[in-house]
Amino acid sequence: MTDKPHGFATGTDRVKRGMAEMQKGGVIMDVVNAEQAKIAEEAGAVAVMALERVPADIRAAGGVARMADPRIIEEVMNAVTIPVMAKARIGHFVEARLLEAMGVDYIDESEVLTPADDKYHIDKSRFTVPFVCGARNLGEALRRIGEGASMIRTKGEPGTGNVVEAVKHMREMMSQIRKVQNMSRDELMAEAKNLGAPYELLLEVHEKGRLPVVNFAAGGVATPADAALMMHLGCDGVFVGSGIFKSENPAKYARAIVEATTHYEDFGRIVELSKNLGTAMPGIEISTLEPANRMQERGW
Amino acid sequence: MKIGVLALQGAVREHVKMLEMAGAEASPVKRPEDLEELDGLVMPGGESTTISKLMHQYDLMEPVRQMGRSGKPLFGTCAGLILLARRIEGTEDSHLGLMDITVRRNAFGRQRESFEARMDISGVADDYEAVFIRAPYITETGPEVEVLSSLGDRIVVVRQKHLLGAAFHPELTEDIRLHSHFVKMVRDSRATPVI
Repeated sequence: MTDKPHGFATGTDRVKRGMAEMQKGGVIMDVVNAEQAKIAEEAGAVAVMALERVPADIRAAGGVARMADPRIIEEVMNAVTIPVMAKARIGHFVEARLLEAMGVDYIDESEVLTPADDKYHIDKSRFTVPFVCGARNLGEALRRIGEGASMIRTKGEPGTGNVVEAVKHMREMMSQIRKVQNMSRDELMAEAKNLGAPYELLLEVHEKGRLPVVNFAAGGVATPADAALMMHLGCDGVFVGSGIFKSENPAKYARAIVEATTHYEDFGRIVELSKNLGTAMPGIEISTLEPANRMQERGW
Repeated sequence: MKIGVLALQGAVREHVKMLEMAGAEASPVKRPEDLEELDGLVMPGGESTTISKLMHQYDLMEPVRQMGRSGKPLFGTCAGLILLARRIEGTEDSHLGLMDITVRRNAFGRQRESFEARMDISGVADDYEAVFIRAPYITETGPEVEVLSSLGDRIVVVRQKHLLGAAFHPELTEDIRLHSHFVKMVRDSRATPVI
């Protein structure tokens, strides 16, 4: 705006974290073109993640996975009115600056892409645009928030269609939050050291009994029941990567996953919406993945 | 007195908390039957495209419209304001279409242009901290609509009888003055119905 009102400020924690608050209870879907983005929006997605390839295809292709072609991201941004997210490699602050310059609404500093830095993540506090980051436990989540992430998602194991790792990470995080909440205050500094978490943020978790930012589930959600399961485990919403556009009937699947996320406590309804959906994406058993091929190990 | 919060998606928990702090009983609304016994309804921030689609899909659009037409107070924030508007720029469609206003969606820009600012809301609060996230603003108002706050020529808080709309997110701060104002509107409408 040219005529700035009193107290005007962009990119504050409240503005960046608030954006994630508006996504709560919703489903964010991976898309690779305008057509998929429109299917996602029509089905009731709260945002789309614009990618060159969904995680299942990144996994199949191998090699180095990088930020998507800006043309694809622009195509998606022009196709929908819901927010558009896009991924930058871990530590690749220039890819992140490019996404910010394009006007992407949220950046995912993501382990789905090949890390660009094997020691450090992006200093996300220096950006106006908000970031989401993956985490497997409370320490990792609070390190990312300490670097400026405004939203957290479980890592799970992307592109597998197997929800077991997302469940493991969400349970781990919730269990650690409960433990910290019940600790005596004088135990927190040692716990901060133990978790590798910033003390001030751990203190906030102790006082509030939850993360200071919104926490979504991601990495292996493939069916409406998977989405509802994650909501029951305490997440604020769900990312679905390959699960929708690798299924037999993406439009129907997308809509069913949205409905199951909203009405996660209504089991009769989830039965009805799960009927005749067609085949889900093919899954991968985690034990068959070589440790080097596990995306969740990326991030420090 | 019981006020519902449309709970399809978005900042539901925060609105429930603020309504309770303002002295009302609050409950989430996901199904048409959840609207029974309510004296008023808050439609929260979230994604307006998503919330309107889900309202149609889950048969909530018509019952909420009837609730508004029957004179029960409705309060829309950000996405909720877009739901209330009779005219939305760039499209022939409207959602509830109850309030005689024209809104422009994502009017301040994309997320990087989202901001917070301090402003006065006429008859409600001075020096109020408001958080605007991919926010709309109001470009035109009908004769029955009272403008309560603007940023320059951009109208951001309006009231039309029992309908209240704000372009920002009062649920993201600790300031309950706007929620208290709405709770008072609900209390007054019970005593003296506006319609």
